[in-house]
Amino acid sequence: MGKVVAVTGNEAVANALRQVNPDVCAAYPITPATDIMQRFTSFVSNGMVDTEMILVESEHSAMSACVGASAAGGRVITATSSQGLALMWEILFIASGSRMPIIMPVVNRALSAPLNIHGDHSDTMGARDSGWIQLYSENAQDAYDNTIQAFRIAEHLDIRLPVMVCLDGFIISHSIERIEYMEDEPVKKFVGEYKQVYPLLDVEHPVSYGPLILPDLYMEYKRAQHEVMTKASKVVLDVASDFEKISGRRYGLFESYRLDDADIALVILNSAAGTAKDVVDEFREKGIKAGLLKPRLFRPFPYGEVADALKSAKAVCVMDRADSFGGFGPLYMEIASAFMMNGNKPALINKIYGLGGRDFLPEHAETVLNELNDIVKGGKVKTHKEYIGVRE
Amino acid sequence: MATTLTLKELSKKEDLLTHGHRMCSGCGAPIVVKQLLLASDYPIVAANATGCLEVSTCISQYTAWKIPWIHNAFENAAATLSGVETMYRALKKQGKLDKEIKFVAFGGDGGTYDIGFQSLSGAAERGHDMLYVCYDNGAYMNTGIQRSSATPIGADTTTCPAGSVIKGKTQPRKNLTRIMAAHGIPYVAQASPSHWKDAITKFKKALDIKGPKFIDVISPCNRGWRSRTDDAILLSRLAVETCYWPLYEVEQGFTKITVVPKEKKPIEEFLKPQGRFKHMFAPGNEWLLKLAQEEVDREWERLRKEAGSE
Repeated sequence: MGKVVAVTGNEAVANALRQVNPDVCAAYPITPATDIMQRFTSFVSNGMVDTEMILVESEHSAMSACVGASAAGGRVITATSSQGLALMWEILFIASGSRMPIIMPVVNRALSAPLNIHGDHSDTMGARDSGWIQLYSENAQDAYDNTIQAFRIAEHLDIRLPVMVCLDGFIISHSIERIEYMEDEPVKKFVGEYKQVYPLLDVEHPVSYGPLILPDLYMEYKRAQHEVMTKASKVVLDVASDFEKISGRRYGLFESYRLDDADIALVILNSAAGTAKDVVDEFREKGIKAGLLKPRLFRPFPYGEVADALKSAKAVCVMDRADSFGGFGPLYMEIASAFMMNGNKPALINKIYGLGGRDFLPEHAETVLNELNDIVKGGKVKTHKEYIGVRE
Repeated sequence: MATTLTLKELSKKEDLLTHGHRMCSGCGAPIVVKQLLLASDYPIVAANATGCLEVSTCISQYTAWKIPWIHNAFENAAATLSGVETMYRALKKQGKLDKEIKFVAFGGDGGTYDIGFQSLSGAAERGHDMLYVCYDNGAYMNTGIQRSSATPIGADTTTCPAGSVIKGKTQPRKNLTRIMAAHGIPYVAQASPSHWKDAITKFKKALDIKGPKFIDVISPCNRGWRSRTDDAILLSRLAVETCYWPLYEVEQGFTKITVVPKEKKPIEEFLKPQGRFKHMFAPGNEWLLKLAQEEVDREWERLRKEAGSE
């Protein structure tokens, strides 16, 4: 039923957006996300979608316009990377705090300084606490599938929150891969008609958006937001289950790869997980029980489920493509928290890799898995946090 | 049926910004908003930049707005409203909406001249069908009277206090109305709540013109201006009569002065009742008054020339 194509990650995302046919799209160019909007505007110019474009003068205005358009009462998209996401930062919180189901593919890219246009996760990890649901994508297929599912998740009446779909800059956004597209009709049917909730354009029933809320009630609003987020995991799974019916592709909150009896495990996001899985296979062939966990849903983070999936591992390395300077990598902190929840205490180490687009090579995964294997065999943890693949 | 412009007729219209909002007594801003809402014969959807008007009209579970209203952040009222207006066009195009709705953004001078300027300029260039109204009280009044680029020369504010060495604000104010006119948008004007008929005529006109419009309205703030509580109309009238705040419009690029004062009063008459200019009247500071007068004269002459009425 699908169609196999050879496309880049950006092209796949743009095609998903075309199939969904949103009402309004705000766009501002930034490498490496620009290509998504170039492709999308050509759909607009050629009448392939009904979308009205707002070609804004900054990402700050892009997100501001998205909030206005979403409040007005329709389906809204934008896309960005890196500095663009950083510039939106203020309004990200307003989008989520106002419960706007905006969809935003983010092509992961390093943050300045020094200026760098290549892939790492500093940008979306910096937006971790913004109240957006975050889905991560290993490859172009994930990015395409996540983009389509994001609309159903965001617009679910129990949720109404914005969603970021994250994919690695250049490695996925600009590399051509074999993926399977769905036909337009099943995608449209899957996503369904947009349901308005208190639209600003309903002049007969005027509503006020964006009130001032002082200490008497602010915290109740924030708790409500927290509670909505806790419902998101279930919706993500329900949507994934519906998606599997039309696509044949299964998605969860994360991918467990050969984890059931694993002694050593890697936790790694996005494209590098593909490389690492090959190395896990090599270790398995050598008789070493290696496994891998690749988070898909990072916000809300499925702590209990992740800890459960990693329960057999005696030594775990969390691989971060971003750093919290003076702290551990952001993914490490989540995994450490997850283990605290079920009382499981494997040896846990953190490697920072691939910043600013530095290649993540199979030998990096191999070195890390060997280190974990040594730890399991009675060796000690030498360093809890370490940069790898870096010149000394 | 359009409302005729008499106070009697206007008084029959519903107040769409209700009583009970928490703006200070004597504030100019709600007068400006009410004049605009009275001027409209269409349903209005409004956006509001963070500022006095915003924090005082929609607190917690209460709202003073009887029209759809959105506040997003400080610097993005224009961008936010451009999103609302674009969704309106999108839904109209798809046949999901058929009402004629007008879009108005309100911002103070901080949210318009300074931090919101990029967003305003961008929205103007993109050609959205919306009216941006700046209520200009010449400083960041909501945060406690800090200098903005709309603060007039010489003014004493909490960040450019008149001291023994520096005598208040040392730079003349930014002329945002001219800058907006330079965007080549179809309609730009200055108005004053003291000249209600002129103001309402401009609001009406702006709402009927397609495309981006900008109206800058002087809005006295008795806290920041350190003037008597009930002098908003008196002071805004003096601003017009001294030519500090000329009433004019730029329609399709052509400038017209809409109210020519019978007699151009000296700037001192506008400055004197305001505590923020008190130091300018101290002995030895006459040069400051001269500077303020020169600034007004230069701008008034330039405007007259531009309007072809020299």
